[in-house]
Amino acid sequence: MAPAVEMRGITKTFPGVTANDDIDFTVEKGEIHGLLGENGAGKTVLMSVLYGLYRPDAGETYIDGERAEIESPAAAMSLGIGMVHQHFMLVPSLTVAENVVLGREPAKNGLIDEGEMLERVRASCTKYRLDVDVEAPIHTLSVGVQQKVEILKALHRGADILILDEPTAVLTPQEAEDLFRAVRSLRDQGKTVIFISHKLREVLSICDRITVLKRGKVVGTVAASETDMGELAEMMVGRRVVYSFEKAEVAPGEAVLSVEGLEALDDRGVPTLRGVDLEVRGSEILGLAGVEGNGQTELVEALMGLREAKAGRVSLCSTDITRASSYERIRAGVSHIPEDRHKRGFIPDFTVTENLILGSHREARFTRRGFVIDYEAAASHSQALVEDYSIATPGVGTHAGNLSGGNQQKVIVAREFDRDPRLVIAAQPTRGLDVGATEYVRKKLLEMRDGGSAVLLVSADLDEIWALSDRIAVIYEGRIVAVREPAETDETELGLLMTGGRRG
Amino acid sequence: MVGLVDVISLGLFAAALRMATPIVYAALGGIFSERVGIINIGLEGTMLTSAFAGVTASYYTGNPWLGVVVAVLVGGLIGLLHAVLTVKFVGNQIVSGTGINIFAMGFTAYMSQIIWGSRGASEGVRGLGTWTLPVIADLPVVGPIIGSHSPLVYLMLVVTVLSYVVLFRTPLGLRIRAVGEHPTAAETAGIDVLRVKYLCVILSGMLAGLGGAFLSLGHLNLFTRGMTGGRGFISMAAMIFGKWMPFGAFGASLLFGLADALQMRLQSLGLLPPQIILTIPYLLTVAVLAGVVGKARPPSDYKPYKRE
Ligand SMILES: Nc1ncnc2c1ncn2[C@@H]1O[C@H](COP(=O)(O)OP(=O)(O)O)[C@@H](O)[C@H]1O
Ligand SMILES: [Mg+2]
Repeated sequence: MAPAVEMRGITKTFPGVTANDDIDFTVEKGEIHGLLGENGAGKTVLMSVLYGLYRPDAGETYIDGERAEIESPAAAMSLGIGMVHQHFMLVPSLTVAENVVLGREPAKNGLIDEGEMLERVRASCTKYRLDVDVEAPIHTLSVGVQQKVEILKALHRGADILILDEPTAVLTPQEAEDLFRAVRSLRDQGKTVIFISHKLREVLSICDRITVLKRGKVVGTVAASETDMGELAEMMVGRRVVYSFEKAEVAPGEAVLSVEGLEALDDRGVPTLRGVDLEVRGSEILGLAGVEGNGQTELVEALMGLREAKAGRVSLCSTDITRASSYERIRAGVSHIPEDRHKRGFIPDFTVTENLILGSHREARFTRRGFVIDYEAAASHSQALVEDYSIATPGVGTHAGNLSGGNQQKVIVAREFDRDPRLVIAAQPTRGLDVGATEYVRKKLLEMRDGGSAVLLVSADLDEIWALSDRIAVIYEGRIVAVREPAETDETELGLLMTGGRRG
Repeated sequence: MVGLVDVISLGLFAAALRMATPIVYAALGGIFSERVGIINIGLEGTMLTSAFAGVTASYYTGNPWLGVVVAVLVGGLIGLLHAVLTVKFVGNQIVSGTGINIFAMGFTAYMSQIIWGSRGASEGVRGLGTWTLPVIADLPVVGPIIGSHSPLVYLMLVVTVLSYVVLFRTPLGLRIRAVGEHPTAAETAGIDVLRVKYLCVILSGMLAGLGGAFLSLGHLNLFTRGMTGGRGFISMAAMIFGKWMPFGAFGASLLFGLADALQMRLQSLGLLPPQIILTIPYLLTVAVLAGVVGKARPPSDYKPYKRE
């Protein structure tokens, strides 16, 4: 039997980047095939070539053994290829059914045949066992459900080969389990699935075979049953990955950040911080553990001056900064790695240089007579940072949005750490990063601590908290319910504290 | 005070409907364009050029309906120009639209000078006249308001309903909305995004062209310099106030039409200096926009769409 997909010698370059370099990639019919690689390895680009979004510079594609010229998504669809993108391709104001039929709407007398449309989409829901309300507008649905809609859309259009690009990146663990079940059931119905991910564990658990990409090249293809995390990690990164850190013994210094009785409201006006008391000392990483939505986001914003404190006091080295603006806080030595770089701290339309001087752009060293920006000084400064922090970019004048996620994060880290901060507030600093970049960011956080900075690490990843923290604070319903030394607690106790099971 | 009461009459509402007509056409044009993510600030100039083209055609052929057709075609051509500049060459939408407006002012005045020897106004031409609807014209209240109008007023009502049907009931409308809101989603669904954009921007020009034809063939039967008097801009306010929905824009245009009609009535009474009364529709525009600014969410982010 001919393979479902065979790509031979695919090469695709962008200005300054070879995203795919002579790639051979084969997927058998009816298998779940993992495509594994760090951010920026070229997974999305390869699949975009298969789906007709990009034309390759060289190479050939065969579908079911037949040579195929895939010039557009429409051509891909007619060959039975469907793709669920990393960023959803759903029109928010349209309903599920409208999104599913978009481009091939059932019509009667020139008008959309509403009844026929609903009936057909419902039939697909039943057939593929995807349970969604087909009349709901997309913007009312959770991310997990939206993803189901994407899968439904692809299948409804007759996809036999389904490409899922980092489908779990946006899902909660429960939603991910749901997705895995759906994907397995599709395979059992004879569909072929290409599953893109940079998460070793899930690729191992769901895929039949795995192809690993690194820097645009294929490292190899292995059967999931014949490999393990260690081998995959090595293929992906090209060296052994350090999963634990050597932490230097450093005596904590004076209190740098003191928070007393801090209260604040969330976006809907509900009291969310309800009297937070917290202290972070110099040369110390304080890990803030907690189930998401217990006030972590609001706390970070209140500390950065992005959210008004309704009561309480925030001091930096015994100076009251409760009412200070963000700019004043930055000047006073607070650095911030925001939890969502799409929203804060990073401007994709700006160049790498511009992003690297954000917040320092008014300083004398980047201006001429304090008036206009001195782009030469800024560029040489950012060139140095790009080298120091090994940011992979074609140049400092590149639009920062073109960088991979890991490198965008490195831009933020470079800018924030270069200020020699007294306090670092790192919110989910490794979320969505690949193994290599995660390791890098964690190392940098430890370096900051060793250098005397106070670090407040907010993370949903308990492993991360364990690996890095000198002390662990647990937040629950807007209060700090306990502070522990890692040595005197364990996962069970933290789990209980995080869910309100026990008071410290 | 008797005068003020006289102003509020059925005739006032008939006039409001008449004055709203060009605004509705251009606002519908604005909706089609903005629904695919292209701002058409050139509506004003498009209307003006079409008003001129319509009169010219009627002047030479003696057939006002041919004038309407020419006005619509010219509007479509200007829409095509705007589309080429903003969609194909990804030029700045405001610059292109403003260029169209400036060109229209100069071009129509210049051609008017050549054809009629006057920059100010053309000679009178054959207009479309009025239609009187049987039965309806004799009804109380309704009759005096909608019973007797230029055919382009009635066409405007039809076009408003059609615009709604096309946008919200047809496959094309679904695609138009998808293209404006999420072009990549549309593209990956197999829709030719650029073609839909072209289509809508051209349609936008054609609708503005109808508005122009009404001004010069349905309302005055001649062309005067700058005769659109900012109605293209007011139509954009109506479009925003009407939340980019055909019926919403229709309602908002009626409001502006009413202000215009009121303004003319008040002038004839001579209670206030005409300079002040003339500002009423514009003040209303500013007030309305100030009221909805920040609350009105456009159907698109107006970002240019580029295929790899
Ligand atoms: N449209 C584009 N223009 C320029 N560079 C791009 C574009 N898309 C991807 N790249 C670059 O190609 C490389 C591979 O990207 P991608 O395939 O998205 O990686 P991933 O494996 O994380 O999906 C990256 O360096 C990225 O910056
Ligand atoms: Mg990707």
